[in-house]
Amino acid sequence: MTDLGWWGVPLGVLGGALRVSTPFLFVSLGECITEKSGRINLGLEGIMVMGAMAGYAVSLASGNPWLGVLAAGFAGLALGLLHGLICNLARVNDIAVGIGLMLFGTGFAFFLGKPYIQPKAPNLPAFSLGGWSELPQVQAALQVSPLLLIGIALAFALAWALCNTRWGLVLRMVGDSSDAARAMGYNVNLVRTLATAAGGLLAGVGGSFLSLYYPGSWTEGLSSGQGLMAVALVIFARWNPVYCFYAALMFGGAGSLGPALQSVGITSGYYLYNAAPYVLTLAIMLATCSPTRTLAGAPGELSIVR
Amino acid sequence: MNGPSTGRGPLGPAAEALLIPVGALVAAMLLFGLFIAMLGQDPLAVYGLIWQGGFASAFSWQNTLSRAAPLILTALCVAIPAQAGLMVIGSEGALALGGLAAAVTGHLLGEASPAGVKLAMAGAGMLAGGLWILLAGALRQYRGVNETISSLLLTYIAAALFNHLVEGPLRDPASLNKPSTDPIGTANMIGSIPGMDVHWGLIFGVAACVLAYLLVRHTTWGFALRVVGGNARAARLAGLPVGALVLGACFFGGAASGLAGMVEVAAVHGSANASLMAGYGYAGILVAFIARQNPLAIVPVAVLLGGISASGGMLQRRLDLPDATVLVLQGMAFLLILASETLYGRMRLFRGAEAGA
Repeated sequence: MTDLGWWGVPLGVLGGALRVSTPFLFVSLGECITEKSGRINLGLEGIMVMGAMAGYAVSLASGNPWLGVLAAGFAGLALGLLHGLICNLARVNDIAVGIGLMLFGTGFAFFLGKPYIQPKAPNLPAFSLGGWSELPQVQAALQVSPLLLIGIALAFALAWALCNTRWGLVLRMVGDSSDAARAMGYNVNLVRTLATAAGGLLAGVGGSFLSLYYPGSWTEGLSSGQGLMAVALVIFARWNPVYCFYAALMFGGAGSLGPALQSVGITSGYYLYNAAPYVLTLAIMLATCSPTRTLAGAPGELSIVR
Repeated sequence: MNGPSTGRGPLGPAAEALLIPVGALVAAMLLFGLFIAMLGQDPLAVYGLIWQGGFASAFSWQNTLSRAAPLILTALCVAIPAQAGLMVIGSEGALALGGLAAAVTGHLLGEASPAGVKLAMAGAGMLAGGLWILLAGALRQYRGVNETISSLLLTYIAAALFNHLVEGPLRDPASLNKPSTDPIGTANMIGSIPGMDVHWGLIFGVAACVLAYLLVRHTTWGFALRVVGGNARAARLAGLPVGALVLGACFFGGAASGLAGMVEVAAVHGSANASLMAGYGYAGILVAFIARQNPLAIVPVAVLLGGISASGGMLQRRLDLPDATVLVLQGMAFLLILASETLYGRMRLFRGAEAGA
């Protein structure tokens, strides 16, 4: 192994960003769809953990990790649907239900996942974009999962669909003005329920990445709050799916900055780098909000920006 | 029953506020029983063990109440700002920083008289937690930044700050496996309530709830706060100092959470370490919502939640069920109780004399 010296830092950050950004990307795309419809789901954390567990269990039972991803999506869909249906009831607070779902999802996943802590399930394949380089560090850093590519494609497809399809228009209308949507004859609760369910599906898939690719096994400490962070990430990305991808890379890279700097001997401030994305999100909100004006691009019906 | 209106029931709103959540809880227990039965276990045995582990003996009550104490305080961090119409979900961060401030104060003053040190620790914890949530309130009041999001972001920032300080500048070199701050010393621990094996945090929590209730329901300050929560524009037109009220509510809420951190440090851990961030802040949010932001209702809800979690070990030992079993029950109960919110004012049974028609 050649010593990369300082070059190891950007490489480490890039590698980290490519490795850990996928769950951020999927969960934030899911949250983005949900919030576009005018509701917020704080329970994606629980959905993600449930997806990780379901994906791992099915991958172990069937021997096919892609079936695991599918199962994780279904588990996420079911929990998302649950959130959507409960929030359809009058006067039920979506933020509180989200936190309840976070607790229920993680508890249920820990309960059902107890037998899967030991056995080793087949993981998703990886392929390297670093074949051009002879340095093993570069090759290792540029290993990506096919799920990341699917996620990127999805982000662009979603951005296109929101602006150019009838579905996208209806979703945005429901999120911006439920009165207008009702006047046009659309069922607001139905659209929001479907959007929350779709968001749950994506969050479940994001969770399966954790158990089936990186770190690549099912444990109870698997998630480090990516589901909750997605809420901050979507605001950071201004409810734009393509920006969600950039923001996911940034959130992933920021988490790798500490370890990367540690490898060249800088150990101070290790934990402070973890806070960088939140400080940045807060700074952006500070810069763009005022008592009379809310964030640009925010869905008008969203309780958190009113 | 007497009068011309069409839909009066025999029970009033007080019964409604009690029976609806209890009904939802019973429904959650039945659903949970069904789930247990599907797994081939006897639901009645599980119910019995939850009762035994949480509420049946003096020992289980002690376990339950020790778990309830921090929940009571973190729930206040949600319930007090909620009176002013704010939804703050940053109790976890205020708890961590409050605990850290208390631990540092306790260590620095270590040799002084224990009573003074304890008081200073509580003060430092409340100040740190209060200022942290005050920051979220100020961002909302003066910059229009939504307090739900900013308090969530501030929780992550607090966690990073906490980890940085505990693993870096404030780390006790003697704490090898689990990085901690310097211990506050056994003399400065707050110990147990006489005659019970429950630490003083419970008394702090109950007292804080009573105080918050009196403040919110029986003072002009509290009335003004609720006017702000009802309609901030009307409050401003009436000449109320909206900014000061909102900031004050945030400070009191954060101070309660900071006190929870101090209690965890001074009664349980003896120093500040990562065990402080055990999710009490997030569970407190649910407690506040189930109590419908009523400070007095927080106490029984927190005790119930504490009891359910205290029974986890019993279920694991006796029936070999995973310790997450109680999390499943808690999750079901929370979701159903939150969903039952929709029933208020809709059931004829509860249309009292004044609320009729």
